[in-house]
Amino acid sequence: MGPLISQGYINPEWNFVIALLLGVAFGYILEASGFSSSRRLAGVFYGYDFVVLRVFMTAVMVAMIGLVYFDYMNWIDISQIFILPTFLTSVIVGGVIMGLGFIMGGYCPGTSFTGVAIGKLDAVFFTAGLFLGIFIFSSAFPLIEGIYYGGELGPVTVMDTFGISRGLFAFLFIVATISAFILVSWIQKRVTKNEV
Amino acid sequence: MKNLEERSEQYINPYLGGVLLGLTVLLTVYITGRGLGATGAVKSTIVAAVDQVAPTYAENQAYYSKFLSDDHHPMNNWLVFETIGIFVGAFLSGLIAGRVKKFRIEHSPKITPKTRLIFATLGGVFFGIGSQFGRGCTSGAALNGTATMATAGLLAMIFIFGSGYLFAYFFRKLWI
Repeated sequence: MGPLISQGYINPEWNFVIALLLGVAFGYILEASGFSSSRRLAGVFYGYDFVVLRVFMTAVMVAMIGLVYFDYMNWIDISQIFILPTFLTSVIVGGVIMGLGFIMGGYCPGTSFTGVAIGKLDAVFFTAGLFLGIFIFSSAFPLIEGIYYGGELGPVTVMDTFGISRGLFAFLFIVATISAFILVSWIQKRVTKNEV
Repeated sequence: MKNLEERSEQYINPYLGGVLLGLTVLLTVYITGRGLGATGAVKSTIVAAVDQVAPTYAENQAYYSKFLSDDHHPMNNWLVFETIGIFVGAFLSGLIAGRVKKFRIEHSPKITPKTRLIFATLGGVFFGIGSQFGRGCTSGAALNGTATMATAGLLAMIFIFGSGYLFAYFFRKLWI
């Protein structure tokens, strides 16, 4: 029956009310998890705080398993959900630039909004930088169009890419995630021990 | 009774936070067929502003024109309303936990507030540029993209965090 809006179960007029409410939940959870603090976020790259990895990977895992289950129960028409198209060159270039922005700024866009909401001036500057960056990109677009459309593969999924089933990928992802949790707990213990 | 200072440092368990966040993503996909996002609203604002100031340029420019249509204003967008919600939700959480305070700068004791602000701005600029190449940021591309098993989402996640680790050494003085 899902997605509820495109299948006609919810009137599209409710769309923006739903957007606002889901946004409230999103912002609340990010802030309550400690994502409004850049120093906590940056900890993942230096081994003193892995809150980002724990929250992020758990969230991906839960949503992924949920979708596999909803699909299995026929609660959602999985062919109707949006699949982000892959442009290989563009996503790699973008990912690398975003990682650089993350380590310099200590925030990513969503988390910087939560920092702004509780009064972090550095988050305000990061957010201002986002506006500037997107403006620079948009203005320079004719020069970088080749990269943006580079390596087009269309809306492919990991099942297409690796030739495995949805269930198997979810299983492998769970194994990798839980291994990462165990590994980072061990690293964090060592790093914090050294600091004392 | 704990005092405000102690209480303001208390966050929810990260795995609980992750489960709640994952359920929010699942609910979003179940209701709308799309995911959560953060940079989309910033892009809509830029598109709307440029279209306001220089409509002829915006309608003919290769990037802005992608996001302009005759039947609705660029700010009339799902992600814009969702992002307003992010601010409201984060404010509520901070208010309840005693973390909403007057504007202050969070920085490592080894750097000055000025250095922190310069790098925060630069970080935002890079993240803004990268998010357009990535067709989404940590929320839209990495989190939702990977959860919906889009290859682009998995790649965005790997390259954002991989690049963070790659460059971490050069920026270590900002954090440790």
